[in-house]
Amino acid sequence: MTVAASEKLVNHAGLRESVQQTLVMAYRTLLRIKRRPEELVDVLVQPIMFTLMFVYIFGGAISGDPVSYLPIVIPGILVQSVIMASVSTGSGLRDDMDKGVFDRFRSLPISRMAPLVGASVANIVRFGIVIVLTFAMGFVMGLSADGGVIGVLAAALLVTVVSWCISWVFVLVGVMVKSATSVTGISMIILFPLTFLSNAFVPVDTLPSVLGTFASANPVSYLVTAVRELISGAAITGDLWMSIAGAAVIALIFAPLATRAYTRKA
Amino acid sequence: MTEYAVEIDGLVKTFGDNRAVDGVTLRVPKGTIYGILGPNGAGKTTTINILATLMKSDGGSAKVFGHDVLKEAHIVRKMIGVTGQYASVDESLSATENLVIFGMLRGLKRKQAAERAAELLEEFGLTEAANRPLHKFSGGMRRRLDIAAGLIVIPDLMFLDEPTTGLDPRTRAQMWNTIRALAAKGTTVMLTTQYLDEADNLASRIAVIDHGRVIAEGTPDELKSSVGSSTLVLDMGSSDQSAMAQEIIFDVLGVRSKITDAGRIVTPIAKMDAVADLLIGFREAGLEVQAISIQKPTLDEVFLTITGKTAEDEAGVEA
Ligand SMILES: Nc1ncnc2c1ncn2[C@@H]1O[C@H](COP(=O)(O)OP(=O)(O)O)[C@@H](O)[C@H]1O
Ligand SMILES: [Mg+2]
Repeated sequence: MTVAASEKLVNHAGLRESVQQTLVMAYRTLLRIKRRPEELVDVLVQPIMFTLMFVYIFGGAISGDPVSYLPIVIPGILVQSVIMASVSTGSGLRDDMDKGVFDRFRSLPISRMAPLVGASVANIVRFGIVIVLTFAMGFVMGLSADGGVIGVLAAALLVTVVSWCISWVFVLVGVMVKSATSVTGISMIILFPLTFLSNAFVPVDTLPSVLGTFASANPVSYLVTAVRELISGAAITGDLWMSIAGAAVIALIFAPLATRAYTRKA
Repeated sequence: MTEYAVEIDGLVKTFGDNRAVDGVTLRVPKGTIYGILGPNGAGKTTTINILATLMKSDGGSAKVFGHDVLKEAHIVRKMIGVTGQYASVDESLSATENLVIFGMLRGLKRKQAAERAAELLEEFGLTEAANRPLHKFSGGMRRRLDIAAGLIVIPDLMFLDEPTTGLDPRTRAQMWNTIRALAAKGTTVMLTTQYLDEADNLASRIAVIDHGRVIAEGTPDELKSSVGSSTLVLDMGSSDQSAMAQEIIFDVLGVRSKITDAGRIVTPIAKMDAVADLLIGFREAGLEVQAISIQKPTLDEVFLTITGKTAEDEAGVEA
């Protein structure tokens, strides 16, 4: 007798099943990364390049000397690079969805969210690489972290959580747009204003008033400030809660939108 | 519970102005092999995709074991296995990894999934290639892996979209055996094909579709007899006798018969009664019939009669 006939007929995947299926999809994404390590080039090179460039090009102009610029710019680069790494959740998914194997996933009785959440969870590996390299570069160049190990770990965790939430914006773009290249293009148009029109690289009061207002309200600014405070003193401040709240709102809006768009296409 | 594995009523799917599926209605009885026969672009894949919950229809309804494919998609997905026209396995992973992942997605524990994967690879003769990269797989191996992937949990209904297109004759014969074995275990099989002999050989019922419409439906025999004329083949022994026989055929049936290279007389025949008249005519003329047979038309002729074109013509235009 067939297994299907004995399964209980419920028209959706249960919570436990959904979690399991999500983990399997994440495992699959990790296997793919393992098979094609060349796709990690961006997260391996970018943190090294950005820290060197920003610190030595702008350090003198903004903070008088490169080392005094480090506490400002390392959190900025950290946040920007991790959010950038989250773009590839969308482009990777697009690339993947064009392959025949996604037809099979769509035909299986699995949670519609599993492929999307699985991919975005697996991508945290890329965040990890960026975080480790950025901090390593910072410390090599003379960054001092008075917040200690706790502060640094808390900062890493906060950036990961917030960027994971933001990655749902790019997942939506990935599901809706036709090619992986245009996913990256569109995502960059979202990404650059979001990260540069913030306090990531320069103090907000040096910006023209309109941009300054935007930068003050930008959730990325809260995140950068919160990361700075964690690194420099393991301090939990309002900025931390604001950045988490902002990220949660983004995830709660974009994750359902992305899932719906994905289901629609099915 | 319904007696049908698939019930489609007035199904419509449009792509812009193109009515890819244009009011298809059909019934697939449980436990049978059902063939959808049609040239390239007829709407076969689109129909299968709608049934497999991969695509949404624009009109009509489709049910799998009584469950609506739109409203109860998740339930339908539990009952079906799908092997699409194009490979639906992960090229960057090995055959084993693919099957293990599909198995775990179907709720098997890692160990169970690995066991099931090994079992299926063995069954489909892929054990040796289990850990080889997929890009080194031949067309036939890929097809087999694709079918294996749809059988992790033996489905109640299996969709096979052009399972033998592009396969060499030997692999094709193996695939036919695989399909028969699957049906023998109780799985209803719905397959599409462009090959008339394939549908004739495998399916107990066939729907012929063209331009998104069902233009004929029935058992292979029904389809053949719907074409109207069967063919009478006579062996009269010698060419003299054959010449005489041809005259009698013309007198009795009013048709000109042909003589094949092998010396047999071939003549279209509308009504079986006429055969008796012919045999009486032969006896009265003192002719002795060496061998006689009546052949039903091939599905190629069926297609020609219904559409006015051969399957190859159609495929050539659309491809
Ligand atoms: N995704 C699609 N977008 C636009 N047109 C499509 C799409 N899929 C199929 N078609 C069109 O629908 C018709 C039926 O296609 P299909 O179902 O693939 O036929 P078959 O499988 O019988 O060869 C064809 O004219 C084809 O060009
Ligand atoms: Mg097709």
